[in-house]
This record gives sequence, C-alpha cells and structure tokens, in this order.
Amino acid sequence: MSELVIKNLHVNVEDIEISKGIDLTIKSGEIHAVMGPNGTGKSTLAYALMGHPKYKVIKGEATLDGVDLLSLAPNERSTLGLFLAFQYPVAVPGVSVANFLRTAINAHRKYLDPEDKGISIPEFRKLLKDKMALLQMDESFAGRYLNDGFSGGEKKRVEILQMATLEPKFSILDETDSGLDIDALKIVADGVNAISSEDQGVLVITHYQRILNYIKPDFVHVMLNGRIVESGGPELALQLEEDGYEWLRERHAA
Amino acid sequence: MARIKPVRRLPFTREMMPSDQAPLLRDYRSAAWEALQELPLPTAKDEAWRRTSLAGFDFSALQVANGKLGKKVPAIPSTAILGPDLLAGKPHAVLQASGIEIKGTSHLEKEGVIFCSLTEAAREHPRLLEKILGKIVSPQEGVFAAAAGAFSQQGIFLYIPEGVTVEEPIFGLAITPGGKTAHFFQTVIYLEESSSAIYLQETLSLEERDEASLSGENLEIHIGPNARLQIAELQNYGKEVWSFGHKKARVERDGYLEWEIGALGSGLSKHFVSVDLIGAGAETRVSGSFFTDGKQHLTYNTLQRHLAPRTTSDLIFKGALKGSSHTVWRGMIYVAEGAQFVDGYQANRNLVLDPAARSDSIPGLEILNNEVRCTHGSTVGKIDEEQLFYLLSRGIPPKEAEQLIIQGFFHDTISRFSLPEIGESFWDKIKERLLG
Ligand SMILES: Nc1ncnc2c1ncn2[C@@H]1O[C@H](COP(=O)(O)OP(=O)(O)O)[C@@H](O)[C@H]1O
Ligand SMILES: [Mg+2]
Repeated sequence: MSELVIKNLHVNVEDIEISKGIDLTIKSGEIHAVMGPNGTGKSTLAYALMGHPKYKVIKGEATLDGVDLLSLAPNERSTLGLFLAFQYPVAVPGVSVANFLRTAINAHRKYLDPEDKGISIPEFRKLLKDKMALLQMDESFAGRYLNDGFSGGEKKRVEILQMATLEPKFSILDETDSGLDIDALKIVADGVNAISSEDQGVLVITHYQRILNYIKPDFVHVMLNGRIVESGGPELALQLEEDGYEWLRERHAA
Repeated sequence: MARIKPVRRLPFTREMMPSDQAPLLRDYRSAAWEALQELPLPTAKDEAWRRTSLAGFDFSALQVANGKLGKKVPAIPSTAILGPDLLAGKPHAVLQASGIEIKGTSHLEKEGVIFCSLTEAAREHPRLLEKILGKIVSPQEGVFAAAAGAFSQQGIFLYIPEGVTVEEPIFGLAITPGGKTAHFFQTVIYLEESSSAIYLQETLSLEERDEASLSGENLEIHIGPNARLQIAELQNYGKEVWSFGHKKARVERDGYLEWEIGALGSGLSKHFVSVDLIGAGAETRVSGSFFTDGKQHLTYNTLQRHLAPRTTSDLIFKGALKGSSHTVWRGMIYVAEGAQFVDGYQANRNLVLDPAARSDSIPGLEILNNEVRCTHGSTVGKIDEEQLFYLLSRGIPPKEAEQLIIQGFFHDTISRFSLPEIGESFWDKIKERLLG
C-alpha cells in the first residue's frame, strides 16, 4: 500500500501565488477527482508535484510513501512512481515513440538496479504491442515522432500508453478527456481502468464531469482559486453537473 | 606560447610543388601557382571571411607535407568513422601525404569505372581528367583553392562511364599527417550521362598533437545528364588541424546530386560548398550536420546556383554547439535570369548548448526572375525547456534527456546519410562528446 500525501502546498508561478494551501491524500487503489473551472490552479498542482521548474513550491510538503518529493528532480519523482499525463503534451521531433519509451523504461530499470542492462528488444516489442493493443492504437504509432503532428486525441492516447508501460504508483491525469470524442474517451477510460489496480492511485483532473462517467472516482474535490474548497464522494460531481460552481463560489467568497 | 609571426601570404615556395607529374597536371599546377601569387591570405576585410579570423594561426611554421614530411601510417586510425572493418573488401582509397593506396576495384574496372590517383589519371586518362580538373573549382577562387591546386601531392579520381550504375558504395579516406605541415589534396569525380554512384569520403588526422597543421582540399564534381551521385563527406580532424575547402559540383540536365556533409573536427574550418545546376531539370539535395565544442570555429559558405529552368535545390544545415565554439553558416540561392520554374530552399538550424557558444546564421537570396519559388529559414535556439521537462517527467535523467532531444534535432539530416550505419557512427561520435 502506497500513499501520496500533500500538505498545505503553496505554489508560485512567476512570483504570483497560484496554489494557496492544498491538502490531499491519495492511497493506492483509490481514484480521486479534482474538479474546478479553468484557471483555478489544477494544472499548477500537477506541474508542481512533478517538479516543473516554473512552478515553485514556496510552502508545504508532498511525500510519496514518506519520501520528500519536493527535494527530488522530476526524473527521480518519476522513477519513484509518480506519473503525469499532460494536459498539453509537447512534441519532440525526430524522437520516435518507441525510442522514447524504451529510454524511459530503461531509466526506470536502471534507477532500481544500477547494473541493469536494459530491456531486451524482443521483450520491449512485446510490451509495446500489448499496451498499444489495450489502447487500440495502430502499431505504426511506435515509429512516429513523439507527439509530432499528432491530433489532440492521439496525444492523449500516447500519454496513457506511457502510463501503461511505466506502471506508476500514482498517476495524475490532467484534462485527459479534453480533445477526445466520445469513442476515444471510452477507449482511454477503459485503458485507464484496465491498468489502474489495487496498487495504483489515480488523480483525475477535469473541469468537466463527463470523464467521471467512465473513470469512476471514489473521492471528488473541488478547487476554486488555488484551494480545495469542497470534498465528497461521486455524488459531488453529479451535483456540480446539475448546479455548476456558483453555489460554491458564493459559499467560499473570501 | 611562441609569438606568432604574422604573414600576408602562404609561406610556400615553388620548390615545394610536386615534381615528376604528367604534362596535364604540371600545367594545371603551374597555373595554380601563378594564381596563388596574386592571392594574399584573407583578412577580416574580405567580405567572405569577415567572421573567420586566421590571426591565431602560425602559417610561417608550416611546411608542405609530402612523401618525406609527414609520417605514413600503416593502418587506418582508430578514430575513423570509415573504419577498417567497414572498408574491408570494398572499393576504397586511402590517401596520405606520402602516397595513395587503392583497393577492391578490380570488378569495377571491368565496367569501365576508373578509381585511381590523380597522378595515374593524368598519365593514363588525360582526356577525361582534362574535362574537369580546374574547370569546376578554379584556382583563382581563393588562396586555398590555388594552394591545393599547386601543392597537392595526392588526389583521388573517380570516373563512372555512361550508363553504368555502381550500386555498392565507394569509399575514400584522406589522412592528414599534422605536425606543422600543410597537407593539400584533391578529389575529382566525373559521372557520365545516365550513370550512378555512391561515394563516401572521410577526412581525418593522426592522433591529436598540439602542433598546428593545415589541410586544404579541393573537391570537383561533374554530374552528366540524367546521372545521379550520392556523396557523403565526413570531416573528422583533430582539433589541431585548420581545414580549408573549396567544394563544388556541376549538375547537367536531369542530373541529381545528394550531398551529405557531416563535420565534427578541426580547430577552425572554412569550407565553400556550392552546386551549379546548369541543365534543365537538374536537382540537388544538400544536408549538413555539425557538432562543435571547446574553441572550435566552423564556417560553411553554401551556394545553390540555379542556372537553368526547372531546377530544384533543397539545402539544410544543422549544427549543435557546446563550450565557446562558434559556427557560421552563410547561404545563398542564386537564380539566373533565364532560369524559370525554379524551386530553391535553404535552411539552417542551430542548437546552442552552452551560454558561451555562438552561432551566426545568414541566409541570402539573389533572384533575377519572377517564375521561381525560393524560401529560406534560419534559427538559433537553446534546448527547449518544455521538451526537456517532458522527458525528465518520464524518468529520463537530464543528460540522457538532452541527448535524446539533440538526437531528434539531428534526425532529419543524419538519417539522410547514404549508409545508415555511417549515420549511426557519426551520431555515436557526437554522443561521446556530449557525455565527455
Ligand atoms: N506557465 C505559466 N506562466 C504564467 N502563468 C501561469 C502559468 N501556468 C499557470 N499560470 C497561471 O496560473 C493560473 C492557474 O492556471 P492553471 O493551473 O493552468 O489552471 P487550471 O489547470 O485549473 O485551468 C492561471 O491564472 C494561469 O494564468
Ligand atoms: Mg489545466
């Protein structure tokens, strides 16, 4: 059993405080959703946890099984078991999806065992083939350059493919549903459901409750203006769907 | 450090010219020598040399490398990209100041292919050599073109007869001896109508020494109507070598030239690379990949000349720089008045990896008619922070992530190398230096 614990997290972006004290604990096997309108700091939380240099944690802590994440480089956070499916994945021209994934897998293996010689090519091929089949991706994807010229939906699928191959302990899915049509959304959600297990915790970030019909959260949190202002069960998402965020804004107008 | 004595001219005398040459070569070298007398060493005042200073180089200490000056190496240096394993059994030339060895050509000779030393070509095939020698790269073009013409002890001649396709690649290796010598050599390639060949050449030096040395080369290429040449040139000198090159190709009607340039070495390089598309429908694709670190300075002046209608050129040069190295790319597309329906493209992309490194990228167009499409692009930038973070976030450590981005950056030019394994070895050399 693993635990991702975020305590009183304050994050600055370009000297402006965006996250204003966030508390959140996720255990493996749990699916949490963070909802909130655009611009409330959901991605900021995700980036800060992953260690993006522009997102500066000025106060608070974040630990994974007691290990201080904030003192680690982004690649170390990844090898420790944290994963972020980006809202806007960047393209890396000239680097194939396969080459990239293999490098990432080998980096993870080497972190666990410095003597590791890396995944063998047949083993890697098989792994990639299986995971791509799971996400109903064409095999030609492996040879394409990472996110280069990919449609919005293709990019999101490749994010989940990475999650599937790296098998993190905790995954943050930042607006993975945006840009997906309903069929693609189902495929991606099925994929996430198939790979998330008792050993994995998931944080689904969304401003739209649609994805939560497919990836069913155990806990729903609402973020407004850099703070989690309300937490509850799945019914909270449905209530937001009905009533919007206005009642929460009024209640928490500072 | 010894004081460098400034000189206005190359300090070589007529006696240093090779003797015992066939009349054709003798006349050519005499003319080059005469041209050299009119050509002082360039200074910052010369427009084409404005960004390349020769001030730090001790020309006065140099002697022309010949059979006596400049040690002969018995084996191919271990630094070679075109190493002995690759060359074994394949047609190849190994050129040194002291002599030239050519192997693996007997089966090509049956088809009329000539792959021999320039000396032999002048003796045995003067009529062929005459058609090209000095006609594409004129000794008047510059001091180093003239010097290579006058002082080359050795040269390589490749001739492909009409209608002959040589599928297997032909290799050339030019080894500069270093040690306060000036090593000059020439490569001359002639493709007759509807012929085709692949030629890969590497220039390299012996183990790095701290004594400065000079290498000067002329490369002349003629591509006949409907003929096709793929040439790869790898510049892999030690950093004590200052390298100067005049390289020019002429492409006739419907001919095609694929020119791949990869540069890793030398302390300073100044190369002029140009293609004249002289026949309708002629086409060229030129790609350059270079990597510099330390105090290296590399300059490429490229010229795509469209002298006939419906000609196409596509040039891309990519460079990555570390340390306080400096690269300059100056490109020019020229379209002549009568050359309509021309398509020309030039691009230069640079990745500056250290704050002290500097890259100058200067495209240019000179177009004398309206029926053309010419475009250019040039960029100088750093590693993209968002790309880097993306790779880091997947567990890839910073050095490896940078390396992957740089590999991706070079992918389109390096993947063009005629032989994929050459592209791989070339990339491995860059990788070694990124890690080192
Ligand atoms: N890289 C950035 N540079 C400048 N401002 C940023 C950056 N990232 C986020 N912000 C600002 O932080 C606030 C929260 O943004 P974000 O975390 O992306 O919100 P959400 O994901 O909830 O839509 C916004 O006001 C946004 O403009
Ligand atoms: Mg967001």
